[in-house]
Amino acid sequence: MPQYAAIIYASDVDPTRPEAADLMKDYNEFGEGARAVIRGGAALYPTATATTVRVTGGKGGDLVTSDGPYAETKEALTGFYLLECADLDEAVKVAARIPGAWDGAIEVRPVVDFGQ
Amino acid sequence: MTGAGDAVARLVRDEGTRVLATLVRVTGSVDLAEDAVQDAVVRALETWPRDGVPGNPRGWLLVAARRRAVDVVRREAKRQGKEAVAMPDVDPCPDPVVVRDDLLRLVFTCCHPALSLDAQVALALRTLGGLSTAEVARGLLVPEATMAKRLTRAKQKIAQARIPYRVPAAEELPARLAGVASTVYLIFNEGYTGRVSLLDEGVRLARLLVSLMPDEPTALGLLALVLLQDARRPARFASGVPVLLSAQDRSSWDASLIKEGVELVGRGLRRTPSVPNAYVVQAAVAACHDLAPSYEDTNWDAVISWYDVLLSVQDTPVVRLNRAAAVAERDGPSSALALVDALPGLDDYPWWHASRAELLHRLGSRAAVEALARAVETGLPAAHVAHLQHRLGQR
Repeated sequence: MPQYAAIIYASDVDPTRPEAADLMKDYNEFGEGARAVIRGGAALYPTATATTVRVTGGKGGDLVTSDGPYAETKEALTGFYLLECADLDEAVKVAARIPGAWDGAIEVRPVVDFGQ
Repeated sequence: MTGAGDAVARLVRDEGTRVLATLVRVTGSVDLAEDAVQDAVVRALETWPRDGVPGNPRGWLLVAARRRAVDVVRREAKRQGKEAVAMPDVDPCPDPVVVRDDLLRLVFTCCHPALSLDAQVALALRTLGGLSTAEVARGLLVPEATMAKRLTRAKQKIAQARIPYRVPAAEELPARLAGVASTVYLIFNEGYTGRVSLLDEGVRLARLLVSLMPDEPTALGLLALVLLQDARRPARFASGVPVLLSAQDRSSWDASLIKEGVELVGRGLRRTPSVPNAYVVQAAVAACHDLAPSYEDTNWDAVISWYDVLLSVQDTPVVRLNRAAAVAERDGPSSALALVDALPGLDDYPWWHASRAELLHRLGSRAAVEALARAVETGLPAAHVAHLQHRLGQR
């Protein structure tokens, strides 16, 4: 069965605010409800903790690290799920239930199966 | 090509679409199915005119295409040192219902919302319309290389993201059908940019949707709309130049298409219980025009009423602009100009300026010239510029 990464782009969550607890509850509910198709995933710390790494001049070039996420936008990569679904329609249906879809967006992408 | 040869070619193409739909189901790949059917079609075009059309042309094509697909899969598997996947046998005389459902699945796969609208139209033209990549590119005014890339990307996405080859469930249908209907209407409209065969494809696809969903108001309205517009095709161009509705020779309109379209509007209205369907209502406007004995004798009251209904479901500046044109005919240019001037945000829309130019001209205002200049600046098609210039006595 094909696997899909459901990549969550949403606003950074400030964990000191009370809404954060509600959101956590929503995510727990989603996790329970979609347990049958979730194969993995992770939540990420806010973008303030991100470090962007690049090597200028290609392979063997100079290492440049900078503070912050790769793309500075209001909505950022906040986490992802690995889902196993029959087809794109099913994966889209599951993605629509991820709380991040309600104020952000979920990118659904098929995972390459190297064993195929 | 001879007349008989043409008939064979048409038969091969029509049956080819149906065979393609079935083969996509069997192989699960649009790409593989397309190659295999193309191969079978080429063979049919070589042999049928010489040996005669087989008794069951669809079955012939299906068996030939499946054989080809199996060959390709085997060769691929051997190259990669893998076992070939099993491909189910196909019944060479499939039940018409199965074929119908295969076509429906193909329509909805091509018009899946996960594909860009550009890709949806291109893919539908390519697979359902049977047009070559070069023809699709020409029809949609895109360079052929761009179109080839767009089609490849769309087919890859279908395969890799596993866009399912299925008819959406009843509850998903209304949302999906909107995309399918607008794709079909777009295909039809592209025909007026010069590719007349796209008009035929649009009509054919709209007919297909109705045969698949005979009670669906969107499908009924869409077919009614394209038939009622297509009925005017013989009068729509004079030596390649578009002729406005008011100047068309109504005696050359296709009466049987008008009759069929009007009946479909009736069916669509009866199946629209509470919220009117935008396609049915637009078709009703088209029916008012098609049934009028002359432009002057058009029932403008009815036209305006239908536009009011349309506004209740689709309130856009463009609909309001069209309604104002009908108001001009019923109540005179000054009432219409007030409506047109009140429409916000159309300063970059050439037809807004063209409408103002026309109305100002009728009111004897010299501001008409300025409005025409703005219409030209914002890209009014040349034929309409010429018409307006003529009206304003500029040529």
